[in-house]
Amino acid sequence: MQQHWKRLADGVELSVTQTDKFKTGLLAATLTIPLRADTATFGALIPEVLYRGSGHYPDMGKLSSAADALYGASLSTGVRQRGESQCVSVLCGFIDDRYALDGSAVLEPAAALMGEALLNPATRNGIFREEYVESEGANLADRIQARMNDKRSWAIFRLIQEMCGREAYAVDKLGDGETARAMTAERLWDAYRSLLSGAKVIFYYGGAASVERVEDAVRRSFAPLLTGRTAPVDCLVTPEPQGPARTVTDAMDVTQGKLAMGFRTGGVTMGSGDYPALLVCNALYGGSANSKLFVNVREKMSLCYYASSMLDKIKGLMVVSSGVEFSQFDRAQEAILAQLEAVRKGEFTLDELTAAGRTVANSLRSRLDSQSQLEDDQLTRLLFHCDREGEDLIRAVETVTADQVVEAAGKLKLDTVYRLTGKEG
Amino acid sequence: MDKLEYTALGQTVYHCVLPNGLNIYVDVRPEYGKQFAFFATRYGGMDLRFRGEDGDWLDTPAGVAHFLEHKTFDTEDGNALQRMAAHGVDPNAFTSASMTGYYFDGVEGFEDNLRTLLSFVSVPWFTPESVDKEQGIIAQEIRMGEDDPNDEAYYRLLEAMYVNHPVRGRVAGTVESISHITADTLYQCHKAFYRPGNMVLCAAGNIDPQRVADIAREVLPGSQTSAAETDHGRPERPEVGEKFTRRTMPVSIPLFTLGLKGTPAARGEGLRQRLLAELTCDVLFSPSAPLYNRLYEQGLLNSSFGSFYSDGPGCAFIVAEGESRDPERVRREVLAEAARLAAEGIDQELWDRLKKAAYGTMVRRLNSMEDTCIELAEAHFDGEDYLSFPQVFQSIERGHGEALLRAWFVEERCALSVIAPEE
Repeated sequence: MQQHWKRLADGVELSVTQTDKFKTGLLAATLTIPLRADTATFGALIPEVLYRGSGHYPDMGKLSSAADALYGASLSTGVRQRGESQCVSVLCGFIDDRYALDGSAVLEPAAALMGEALLNPATRNGIFREEYVESEGANLADRIQARMNDKRSWAIFRLIQEMCGREAYAVDKLGDGETARAMTAERLWDAYRSLLSGAKVIFYYGGAASVERVEDAVRRSFAPLLTGRTAPVDCLVTPEPQGPARTVTDAMDVTQGKLAMGFRTGGVTMGSGDYPALLVCNALYGGSANSKLFVNVREKMSLCYYASSMLDKIKGLMVVSSGVEFSQFDRAQEAILAQLEAVRKGEFTLDELTAAGRTVANSLRSRLDSQSQLEDDQLTRLLFHCDREGEDLIRAVETVTADQVVEAAGKLKLDTVYRLTGKEG
Repeated sequence: MDKLEYTALGQTVYHCVLPNGLNIYVDVRPEYGKQFAFFATRYGGMDLRFRGEDGDWLDTPAGVAHFLEHKTFDTEDGNALQRMAAHGVDPNAFTSASMTGYYFDGVEGFEDNLRTLLSFVSVPWFTPESVDKEQGIIAQEIRMGEDDPNDEAYYRLLEAMYVNHPVRGRVAGTVESISHITADTLYQCHKAFYRPGNMVLCAAGNIDPQRVADIAREVLPGSQTSAAETDHGRPERPEVGEKFTRRTMPVSIPLFTLGLKGTPAARGEGLRQRLLAELTCDVLFSPSAPLYNRLYEQGLLNSSFGSFYSDGPGCAFIVAEGESRDPERVRREVLAEAARLAAEGIDQELWDRLKKAAYGTMVRRLNSMEDTCIELAEAHFDGEDYLSFPQVFQSIERGHGEALLRAWFVEERCALSVIAPEE
């Protein structure tokens, strides 16, 4: 597996993971802009409208048919959040040429189809079609509302809203329903034009094709994007809570409660020297089946059906997510905090430490076997200029000491607690 | 071991049957960094009634296969989950209506971990105390599922479609049903179904297939015994039990699951029926299908919409699910379009394109060792060869799709389950 990188223009990069271990190629074009409350709805809506049709394939059925004809290429458009940035992507996964039944090349036509979808949308009078904007605006508003259907992720979403309410991080990458419903084709078109001219652009390819072939396909299919630009990619890291820990409670008609707790990492992020220690600390505390939360709070005390912790390595956050009986909220919260206190005091065995290190190293290595995770990781690395490659990070993780874990745990500060409870009666 | 070459797919799989009846498949992938192993028994949520050793029929509580899955990780020396996690691997398990599977992936210590996997699954260890405690944990899992509107819509659909077949019950059972499970129940079920002859081991990655077979031979019992006979209730009639079911929950817009009750495939025809049913679904429901596009443009469906085919011993059905402001109209439109296509014929160009797309999608899925191993196991239980799908595709014609539409997509075989927002 070989990693290549090339600047195609200022703010325009091409990253290639060349490997023949997959049966497929994955090509992605990602446009990144700051995540802001007044523009998030545009960034979320543009990919949806693009998927409705292009100049040559003016409706969704025709655009999907074109992807079907490329052996079921998985053409998709979407939006992701990375720290305090909003990433608008067109992605396409397609079988490698050697599996095409008629032996024809798939990479070039797939790149052309992506370029068509991104750069030549279906228009009327020189702007997006009003009916596409209107119906996708309504769909997006529905999707935003549907966030509450999955209670586990809803609890985390609400926690972040409360915890980072004054930071761009809490802005919903999907925008807001009201703006989405009221969107006009004219306003969205303006936002689309400035996205194309101003956003940072990262092209990614993973697969068996040569770098030259990929660069050639990208240059042919995305020519209008290969112009210099200076889009900033920033993320404000708040090292400490801005006051004593706060508790927020919502009530909904549910039979099981959700408890989500947000911590600041003391400013440790993916670029920090002590990031490997934080990774191991998280695995030891709540990030694996061998973790303190899983073994003690879930298995031994039976307080939660699930209890786990995860990191946002860009923003410097740790979130504990758990499902609890309504009557157990206080006990579960105490137990979750007590386990963190134990890590802070170094109350863990060498076996636990070794297992945590192995879990992290294992999951980092496993990501190299997944094409979509490779894309995702490479995008994050390029956006935040973190040049620590997979293997370097794995080596660092494997040498983390108990003292370093204790230090990382000591920096974790509880910021906000969110409880989703049932309605009375 | 036998070496099976699938040249068109660039896959090599090794296969053997041990003297104790266990089938082993190893998908060798030298270029992958991790290894994956999947050890499964043909025993799932629907296998509630079976013949015990004394020859008498035994009825077990709903949810017992799933309960057993949880408790299988217990060993005399502690919990295998933690033992394997200590090696940095991530063991897990799932129970479906017709299968229970245990698996792990890891980048080192594969042979040790494989030994642990084979050992904890094959050696039962249950105590009344640990069963009591698990009742609390699983009750919470069941309640969590009951709060999930998608789960709820799906199980209410199965209840409406099926009258006798145990697929209509939740795999995890109910809080009430699992309260009847004891350590004895678990031992009986383990004995009946966790026998090498009723199981399959699939592994993938940069591994030596012969070592996998050797380790399995060392760890597992040597004697061959066939699996217990199961009873899935009186034969189902082709029609659904109820055509419509609805309840309210805290959702933002109505969710629906639309089901078409099919005819179970004959032995050896399962893969073909599945590919045919999925292709026929694509004709109606895929993003390039005219019906889906029309309903999408009319605002009756959104991008959350999707469909799948599912089957098991004695049952086969198609499910289309999504969000809609008017699920009943979606049902009418689906049945009307199916009737039109059955009468006028499916467009040949559309059919050929969807077939090509379905083939490519299955090739793409082979990237995943997990998906490939699980598919190999499922196909094995059905007496089929999953990787023969390129040939099976060739034998499927548009006329077969039209026949399936005519037979399955009719009023009497169709049920609709709706979860509506609260007032």
